[in-house]
Amino acid sequence: MNMKKATEINEKIPWQELTTGCEIAEPGTSRLTMTGEWRQKTPVWIEEKCKQCLLCAPFCPDSSIPVQDGKRGEFDYDHCKGCGICLKTCPFDAIEWREEA
Amino acid sequence: MAYNLKEEMNKKERFYAGHRLCAGCAAGIVCRGMMRALKPEDKAVICNATGCLEVSSFQYPYTAWDDSYIHTAFENASATASGVEAAYRVMKRRGKIDPDGQFKILAIGGDGGTYDIGFQSLSGALERGHDFTYFCYDNNAYMNTGTQRSSATPRFASATTTPAGIDSVGKKQTQKDLTQIVVAHGSPYVAQTTLFGNMKDFHEKAHRAIYTAGPTFVNVLTPCPRGWQYPADDLLAICRAAIDTCVWPVYEVVNGEYRLTYEPKRKLPVEDFMRLQGRFSHCFKPGNEWTIEAAQEYVDQKWEELLSRCR
Amino acid sequence: MSIRERLSGNEAIATAMRQINPDVFAMFPITPSTEIPQYYAQYVADGRVDTEFICVESEHSALSACLGAEAAGCRAVTATSSAGLSYMNEVLYVAASLRLPVVLAVSCRALTGPININHDYSDSLAERDSGFIQLYAENNQEVYDNYLMAHRIAEHPDVRLPLMVCEDGFITSHAIENIELEEDAAVAAFAGQYCPENYLLKKENPLAVGPYGISAYYMEARVAQANAMANAKQVILDVAADFEKTFGRSYGFFESYRMADAEIAMLIMGSSAGTAKAAVDELRNEGVKAGLIKLRVFRPFPGEELAAALKNCLAVAVMDKSEGFSACGGPLFAETAGACFNLEKRPKMIDIVYGLGGRDFTVKAAKEVYARLSDIVKTGETGPVYSHMGQRGADF
Repeated sequence: MNMKKATEINEKIPWQELTTGCEIAEPGTSRLTMTGEWRQKTPVWIEEKCKQCLLCAPFCPDSSIPVQDGKRGEFDYDHCKGCGICLKTCPFDAIEWREEA
Repeated sequence: MAYNLKEEMNKKERFYAGHRLCAGCAAGIVCRGMMRALKPEDKAVICNATGCLEVSSFQYPYTAWDDSYIHTAFENASATASGVEAAYRVMKRRGKIDPDGQFKILAIGGDGGTYDIGFQSLSGALERGHDFTYFCYDNNAYMNTGTQRSSATPRFASATTTPAGIDSVGKKQTQKDLTQIVVAHGSPYVAQTTLFGNMKDFHEKAHRAIYTAGPTFVNVLTPCPRGWQYPADDLLAICRAAIDTCVWPVYEVVNGEYRLTYEPKRKLPVEDFMRLQGRFSHCFKPGNEWTIEAAQEYVDQKWEELLSRCR
Repeated sequence: MSIRERLSGNEAIATAMRQINPDVFAMFPITPSTEIPQYYAQYVADGRVDTEFICVESEHSALSACLGAEAAGCRAVTATSSAGLSYMNEVLYVAASLRLPVVLAVSCRALTGPININHDYSDSLAERDSGFIQLYAENNQEVYDNYLMAHRIAEHPDVRLPLMVCEDGFITSHAIENIELEEDAAVAAFAGQYCPENYLLKKENPLAVGPYGISAYYMEARVAQANAMANAKQVILDVAADFEKTFGRSYGFFESYRMADAEIAMLIMGSSAGTAKAAVDELRNEGVKAGLIKLRVFRPFPGEELAAALKNCLAVAVMDKSEGFSACGGPLFAETAGACFNLEKRPKMIDIVYGLGGRDFTVKAAKEVYARLSDIVKTGETGPVYSHMGQRGADF
């Protein structure tokens, strides 16, 4: 039974190397997809203004506001699509837009 | 245990980045919240109906899920979940899997896969009493195929199969009240919620649903920026308007007992919800004032009905 | 030690299921397969099996539940007929592409319309492209034996495909015949256990099943699935060999009956073969070199083997118990003719659509077919390639 890892599966491998039934037996392989490339506008976290209320974190549809030990960290720009929902969750204006060049 | 956002956000992520939902799609927020509602020590099997979420969260070879996941077709998420749940029972009984570990069986589908084509399968699974929780991310239309009307589309919304035009003010029918229909099945826990505040309402309902034995159901109003025609960052305003206008009351039904979980201090006019979305823009054109009045009348009537059930 | 019994085809299938004791049985009733889950419900009620038996609200959901259960790590089974199989159609394809080895018993029955509850193969042959392995049987013994072999074929790592055990509605499903049953323990040992490497309920790692496959992967996935079906040929023979060693009865892709020196032959499926064999015997007594091939395995289609078995015949009649509405012949004919096309010297071949919706097929009718074949040999003229028999009124 062929159980390749997602990192070994790409658009160049022959049919014999696909997993049987196209199953994937590992978690969260979507992280290999850099959806940050879709972004047209970029949210910026102003750490000084942030009160760590974390209201932004659950509203990120792209799991791109990491939280550790009760505190949010820098955006995951590899995956943030720039939807801007987080800007409007913040009561402290600690997230701003930066226009992409 | 009281809801604590910090503690919840400290939990390990179980719906990962890199999925291909549109920027600002609220379904991603629903999935993250649904998975957070699980106890960290419990595992899950997610049974997903065909739709936006399915094509976005498991495109070969990329799964966004930390847990086991199965998609088979559009209309059968509940039937698939029935099979997984039956499997769980028998495998435990036969000693094929560890009897101590706990798996929770979750099903999730959009309104198309839940209110419409998946309705029979849902009804059957509810009636049979499988121990699973169905989450409907109700975005009010068939979004994956391009915003065709569904039975969850509200009256007067312009959808691509009920477009507004010279002779049309959008969809003619009011939406199916699926939550009430599920209640009528006798499910031990049924809830309606959306995404607002610090997600407490959503979280508590999802958690109660998952940890109530038997078939339980959570209907989540899940705005779609593309289909509802609003800027993606308006999500919170739209969800807030939905609950403050009582277009989408949030409540739960525990063993048949109704309880409002949020009651607006001042019930806002329905146009405050409609004005935020392009799908209702034709309602604000001169001559169409009656549509807003009719929408208000319907919301008022449904709200009063709900209040009487909650008393 | 075999046990002599008298059982209907449906009870034979239910008995085989009881002996295998699958993990999950999802059922929805439809004539004539309904008895299978009914018998099984009684086994559950009497504590003879500990299967999760779920009564779902449609055939579509029955197979969907089987997929959920099978992916979760179980042996899952169901049974259906006719419109029920058609209603499963979408999920059949999903089952095969997910490579979930569900076993489905089909009491073959005509498709509507007009609505009819009697036998033909319009239901199962319509699913010829679904990716299911399909086994057919002449009588109750073969139905039982096919079922005993089904899980092992379907679950083999080189195959991992769902499988239909087909019987003839009413003719086989309801007629009671003598049958040799095997002992429960011997059947359980033969069928073995289903132990997939990964499954939804595995604690050590998650499993994601049923992705969206973009064009860059879809074709590769389909080629892999086609390869699995091709692999099934050897596995079917291997399992049959082990079956013969264990229980003494022999099976291949098809049964050749008096074919060694046959000049004219019929290719036929299911219970009609018994009738046609009687005709062959009579003709042989009259000095006619008639033979018969009874196809057991329709999917994978044993094209090369059939061609080899038919190559020395002068004329062959393919008997289609379903109308394909192609206006040039039924599905069995199309595949058989295709299989024989590249033979250096090939027999003349005609297609006869017969027995639709339970229309009787008699020894006399079978002899008429052979008479047509003799005429073809004598005159060298094939005549109409595609025709019907048994209907009132001349063929069109």
